[in-house]
Parts: sequence; C-alpha cells; structure tokens
Amino acid sequence: MRVGVVTFPGTLDDHDAARAVRYAGGEAVPLWHGDSDLQGVSGVILPGGFSYGDYLRCGAIARFSPIMNSIISAAEQGLPVLGICNGFQVLCESHLLPGALTRNVGLHFLCRDQEIEIVNNESAWTADFGRGEIITIPLKNGEGSYQCDEQTLRDLEENNRVIARYVGVNPNGSRNAIAGITNARGNVVGIMPHPEHAIDPLTGPTSDGLTFFTSLMKSRV
Amino acid sequence: MALDTVLIAESSPDTPQPWRELGLKEDEYLRIREILGRRPTSSELAMYSVMWSEHCSYKSSKIHLRQFGEKAPKSDALLVGIGENAGVVDVGQGYAVTFKVESHNHPSFIEPYQGAATGVGGIVRDILTMGARPVAILDPLRFGSADAPDTKRVLPGVVAGIGGYGNCIGVPTVGGEVIFDKSYLGNPLVNALCVGVMKHEDIKLARASGAGNLVVLFGAKTGGDGIGGVSVLASETFDDKKPTKRPAVQVGDPFTEKVLIECSLEIFKEDLVVGIQDLGGAGLSCATSELASAGTGGMRIALDRVPLRDANLSPEEILMSESQERMCAVVPPNKIDRFLEICKKWDVVATVIGEVTSGVRLEITWHGEVIVDVPPRTVAHDGPVYNRPFQRPSTQEELVANGAERLSRPKSGSEISAAIIDLISSPNMADKSWITSQYDRYVQGNTVAAGPSDAAVIRIDEQSFLGVAVATDCNGRFCKLDPYVGTQLALAEAVRNIAATGAQPLAITNCLNFGSPEDPGVMWQFAESVRALADGALEMGLPVTGGNVSFYNQTGDVAILPTPVVGVLGVIDDVRRAIPYKFTGAKDLILLGETLEELSGGEWADRQGHLGGIPPRVDLQRELALARFMFAQRDYIAAAHDLSDGGLVIALLEMLLNSQTGATISIHGDPFMHLFSESAGRILLAVNPEDANYLVGKATDAGITTTRLGKSGGENFEVSGVCSISMLHIRDANQSTIPALFS
Repeated sequence: MRVGVVTFPGTLDDHDAARAVRYAGGEAVPLWHGDSDLQGVSGVILPGGFSYGDYLRCGAIARFSPIMNSIISAAEQGLPVLGICNGFQVLCESHLLPGALTRNVGLHFLCRDQEIEIVNNESAWTADFGRGEIITIPLKNGEGSYQCDEQTLRDLEENNRVIARYVGVNPNGSRNAIAGITNARGNVVGIMPHPEHAIDPLTGPTSDGLTFFTSLMKSRV
Repeated sequence: MALDTVLIAESSPDTPQPWRELGLKEDEYLRIREILGRRPTSSELAMYSVMWSEHCSYKSSKIHLRQFGEKAPKSDALLVGIGENAGVVDVGQGYAVTFKVESHNHPSFIEPYQGAATGVGGIVRDILTMGARPVAILDPLRFGSADAPDTKRVLPGVVAGIGGYGNCIGVPTVGGEVIFDKSYLGNPLVNALCVGVMKHEDIKLARASGAGNLVVLFGAKTGGDGIGGVSVLASETFDDKKPTKRPAVQVGDPFTEKVLIECSLEIFKEDLVVGIQDLGGAGLSCATSELASAGTGGMRIALDRVPLRDANLSPEEILMSESQERMCAVVPPNKIDRFLEICKKWDVVATVIGEVTSGVRLEITWHGEVIVDVPPRTVAHDGPVYNRPFQRPSTQEELVANGAERLSRPKSGSEISAAIIDLISSPNMADKSWITSQYDRYVQGNTVAAGPSDAAVIRIDEQSFLGVAVATDCNGRFCKLDPYVGTQLALAEAVRNIAATGAQPLAITNCLNFGSPEDPGVMWQFAESVRALADGALEMGLPVTGGNVSFYNQTGDVAILPTPVVGVLGVIDDVRRAIPYKFTGAKDLILLGETLEELSGGEWADRQGHLGGIPPRVDLQRELALARFMFAQRDYIAAAHDLSDGGLVIALLEMLLNSQTGATISIHGDPFMHLFSESAGRILLAVNPEDANYLVGKATDAGITTTRLGKSGGENFEVSGVCSISMLHIRDANQSTIPALFS
C-alpha cells in the first residue's frame, strides 16, 4: 500500500513517519506542501514538527498550503488521514477535526513515554488494536492540551469519536484526558503522542505504535 | 555618519578612531596601521576588532593549543583536523562523523533563553557547514548554587532556550550535564555539542578558491542583533557599572535554521558548492576573511547587496552583525542557477554578494566605493599572539594540603543512611528529568540511548546498525585542586562513559571554560589543562579534533572553577549490542576497578562545604583496559554505569532507580569510604547470575580488579550490617529536588 507523508517547511518527523509506514509493510510516498497531486496514495500522514515555524498558531498556515486543499477534499471522500502532533493541529485548523490544541498546562515542552488507552478501535488507523488496550508511546510537544466546547465534547464522547485517552496523570490538561480523536466517518484521526516513534524497542519505548500503521494496511476504509 | 572609504583613510591619517571602545589594545591598533600602511577605514577597524577578539583569534590560548598538533597521536580515523569549522573522523562503512562543542556563556547570562538558543543554533550550523546532517545535541551546563535567586532566572531560561531551538530544528537533544556550583553564579556555562553524519565524499571545507566563482549569502536577512557580540561579550568581564549589554545578544529563529539545514543538505547532495562557511561570531567579517584566507586569497564583495532586515544599518554594522541562520557559499557560475532554484524551493533568501578574484586581497565595496581592502590572512589567521604570564597561585599549596580525607565522617548506620539521602537529593545528584523532559530526544528515530545513560548512543545506519556514542564530562573541583590531573580525570570519565555503553572511543573534542587570561593564576590553570589534555590524548591514542576556548568567565576578580569540558566520541559497530544503563530481572552486581581512599573534591566533601586536597589518581592505561574489556564482553553485560560524581553509592542508586528495583550488597572494609570514594577507573555492572563467574574470570585475566557487591531485588537498598533504606524514600528524595527548586 502506498501512503503519503507530507513535508511542510518545518516538518520534523516526516522521515520517522515514512519509516513507520515501511516497517508496517507499506511504501512511503513523500508529498511536498507546495504540490497538490496526492499521487494516488491510499492514505496520508501529516507528521509532527513546527510547520511554517508554527507562526500565528500551530498548523494555522499549513492549512492553506496546496497539498492541504487536496487532502481536505480527499478526506471528505473517505481517504484515511492520520495527523500526529503538529499534524493533529493542522487537522483541527483545517476543520477536518473539531477543537484546538493549546499550550500544555505546565507551559513547558514535555517529552515523556506516555501510557494511553485505545478507546476506539474502529477507525482506519486503530482497527488492529483491542478495545481498551493500553499502550506506551512517546509524547513530545509544547501545545498538546486538547480543548473544545461542551457541545463538541458531548458529541465526541457520545459518538465514540475519542480515539485514545491519557492513562494516569493527564500530562497537558486535555479535556477528558483526550489524546486523540476521529471524524464521524472514522477515516481522519488526530493524535498528540507519536506512534511513529514507537515502532521498534531499539529506538523507542515499545513497538506499540506500529499498530496504527498496520491498521491502515488491513483496513481499506 | 559619513562613509569612510579607503581613499579617505589614505588622506586622513590622523582621524581619531574608536579602537579602544571596540576592544582593541593600543599595540593591536598600531599593528593594523602597520599591516595596511595607513589607518584602517571604520569598516576595516570593525573587522579587525571582532576577528582579533579573544573569542575569534585565540590570542591568549594559541600558544598553548599548539600542543594538540605537536603531541597528536597517529590516527587513521582523523579525516579533518583542527582549524576547520569542526573536526571529522572516519567511523567506517564510508561514514564520517563530525562533532564539536562551543560555549555561549556570556550571552546566556545576559539573556538566558536567546543566549542558549543561539548557542545551539551556532554549533548546529558549524556541523552543517562540514557537509553533515546534524544528528544529536548534548548540553554541558553549569549554574550557580541551585537555591540562589539568579539561578532561578538563568536555569529555566537556558533550558527553555535549548529546548525551544533544538526541538524546532528536529535534532534530538540526548545528553549533557547539569552541575551547580557557587562559582558559576555570575557566570553560568552554557556549552553545546553537536554531532553530524555524512559520507566521506560529502565533506565540505571553508575555503574560497577558483577565480570567478560566486560568493552567495543565504538564509536569514541581516539585522542589527549581536553587533560586536564576540568582542564585547565573550572577551570581557562583566562589570555592574557599564550599561546592559542585551542588544549584543543575538536572537534566534529555529524555523529558519530548520529550513536552512534541509536546503543546505539538498545543495550539498547535488555538489553545488566548492566552499562553505556559516556566519556565527563576527558574522560576515569572519566568513569572508576566513573563506578568502583559506582559499587563494582574493575576494570582492559588494556589501550593499546584503539583504537587510533594517535598511538603516551602516556598512560597519553589517560587517559585525551576528544575525543568526546565515550561511556563505562559494558557487561555480555554471551551478548558480540550480543553487538559487533549491533556495527558492525552501523559501530561503539567497543573494550573490561577490566573487572570488585572482588577487590576494579581500576587497569590500559599498555602492561602488572601496571600504575594505586588506590581506584576508591578516584578519582571519594572523591575529596577535600573546604569551601571557602564568604562575601557580600561592594559595594552591594551602588548598592542596587541606584534604577532605581528614573530615569527620559518618560512622554509624544511621549516619551513613542520612549521608546517602543527603547526597542523592543534592541538586548535583538529583534526578534531572524536569530538565531533560523539555528536550525532544526521539526525533529522527535513531536515539538508542539518551541521558540518564552515561553516553548517548545514536544509530547512523538503519541497515548495518552502525552507531556512535558521545559523552561530555568535567569536574571543575578536581580541576581547581589540580588542573592537570582534573583535566585528565575529565578525559578518563568521558572515555569511561563511552566504554560503559560498549562503544570504542575514537576522538576527543573540548570546550575550555576559564576565567581571565590576564590573571596569571587562571593562565596557569589553562596551561596545565591544555598540557594534560594533549598528553592524555597522546597516551590514549585518541586525536583531538577541535575545540573551543572561553575565557573571561569570572565575576569581578573571582574566576569560575576551571572547567575544561571534554567530549569523547565512540563508535559502535552494532547499536543493538550497546550495553543499556538499566536492567530487568534479578542480577548480580559487580564492581570493576579499585576503590582507594579518595574523597577530596568529591560530591560528599562538596556537601560538607569543603574543597581542598588532591583529586583522585588517574591512570589512562587502566581506563583503556576497561574500555577494551567492556567492548569485548558487551554481550554478557546486562547493564553498566560508570562511577564518577558521588562514587559507588550514587552509581548503584542511579542504576537501581532506573531499573525500578532494590539491592542488597556487602562491603568489606570501611563502608563509608567504599560507598563515597570517587576513585577513577571504575564501572558498575549488572550481570545475569550465570554469567558472573565468566565475567569475573575475564576481568581478572585483563588485569582488572573485581568486587562482587551483591544482588539486585527487593524494595530496599541494603548494605549488609550497615543500613537499609526504602527505594521509595530514595526515589522521592532523588526526584523532588529539582522540580521543587524550579517548577
């Protein structure tokens, strides 16, 4: 399966996302922010980083790039899209996902191995997990506190759109300890911690994150 | 101010010039006049003043640093040595690794966030300039007493600056040191080390050759920040009476740096440059004169073409500006279109500002008028050289005579328990994850080990699993007691840190932080330290690939502890075989090396407010034997941790805390001495019980003393017949100190 990995100026984890796709048995296709051709990929990853320096707001400028226009249209048609960290912020700015990510409660950048519980194992990116499975993957961001209004929160909770929740201490003050969410259709997923950095115990805390990518290989949403 | 040109300078020899305000001494100014055969123009004066500053010219240190060349060991690994932006060593499989450490001490005291951030940015560009992708950052940091009010201002800012910059450029921050001592209160040390990886054929050098080749400035636009940073900040002592120097601190933009990294690597890949230099200290003055001096000599620059952030900057200010995230490349005319095309792709501003000429002079014009016309070597390489007087201070004898071995020691079990808790919770020994958790250690996906590991281990090839290990060390108290032995102890510890991961030590870099070179006592510390490092490198057969000198680290007349930070790079053929710093399951605990009664300058003595005596003995051959043993037996060792600050008790407790278990050990002899001595040449091993006999046998064969300490397990740290402390209590003591001070 061919999976696109987008590079914006300031994207940092694109090589890591591409590596994760390869580890899962797929082919990673680099997608450049200034192009609009998705090259027929079966899924797209928006990796972590600081797109356009996170000027204005995290993800706010990336949302207007040519590649995002194509991704927004394709996602609305059901193309699986995974936004990790800054990618999650881009998805919120693009209104593919509701809510926003704000500064961590401690106001510090925080890098730690984080336990999360997979709450929804029906999305394109989590289908290979068991429901309620607890995994450990790195969390590393300065603006990872998930915020939304009451209505949205109710909608997310009642319609099983929370993908994952932090276990133990809520590290950044996210509402309902939300670590990741999906859209109503289940093809677009945004997650704050980094599954692409947990694909091999040699270089990450675990290989738990690999399942996000193998899920896509099997799902064919 | 009217434009000062060469023509005007020739006709107005008596115009008074502000050489003193620019940090030049009178004889230096006269020498410039002699070189040029006239008074310098104001632009030339600006260039000479920054390039002849202590920071850029190494005028006080050069005479000592020559030993690194004179005593250099024969090494097949060295590809590029001292003199370039950073040294380069061969690590096999066609890979070359470059690494270097630099100081940004004074800017970080004035403006902690930007000072530290631009320190990271600068060293990363040095590494990039060699043609390498930056793959790791380590930050050796020294602050004043942890509870001092100003430390609460400086430390959080420095840490946020390192994270704010390093995290945004996608280079993992994987190690370093955080040490507190009152001598650093008015002069913290912020050193930054960067490691870069490339293929042999991709190595780039900073030289301008080939008449007709174009000089291209690319990256950020030039602004008014950091003007005179090196001459004013890095080369002078702080004085309360002078106005604040904040405008001389540069302001960093990591996003621009990240884009510049990717843009440069793409340019290198297509082999579009014949020479490249980053713009750091002394900005364009440094880049143009160094490129020309190292090349064929001739270069013409149209300074008015430099893109500006502030259109009102004068030519002198443009030459001295230390605006960050700028690079200067020498590009053949037939490759310039492709060069500019790649810059455009990355939205990087690139401007042809001049060309290499067939002459031997660096000529800079401003709207057609010649404002600089100098032999570039006189600016870049022929700066003044001082043989400053140095002398062992008269107070040294008294200091050395007052050993910590004579202090009254804890004897009873409860006294020893109290000393253990006091030490493990002391700011120097306390858990630093409040700091390291603000750094991204995962980005690039090649981090095999990061702090609290003794050395960082980075994979450099995903197929072969070839990797490198890097560590930095220095105990300034040991260096104060004996700068020669202290420096070799720093080298020994850095090598031991590499050895503890099962990697083979390969090369040395350094960042020599000292007080004022005008103080003969400080100069003696410096001279001893350089002599020790050159001797040590020769004895260990490890080349010194480069380094950095930072003088004038003092408050008033009081110098910092001499702090020659030593960085060692090791190579590991398969990172999957690296020895971890923690273990799971029941293990036997074995100590390699001999414990002597050596407490002076150690952590326990420091906790008693004592500094005196002679530092622990150092035996570099024994360190090498340890390294060979660790490499040979790495597959039989479950975990390892070197013994250094705080001795056996700290090494044990750190390993147990990281492994989330307890242990029961027995000590034969004086328990306090064995637990707290800081003898060098020791490594703690955790091994599977069935491998213990084998390893002890192999160590004995290698001439290494072994001690079977006991076994891991349980919920307490128990020293049989002496004390037993709950690991929960120890963990709490260890982890609460730093957050309580700085959260």
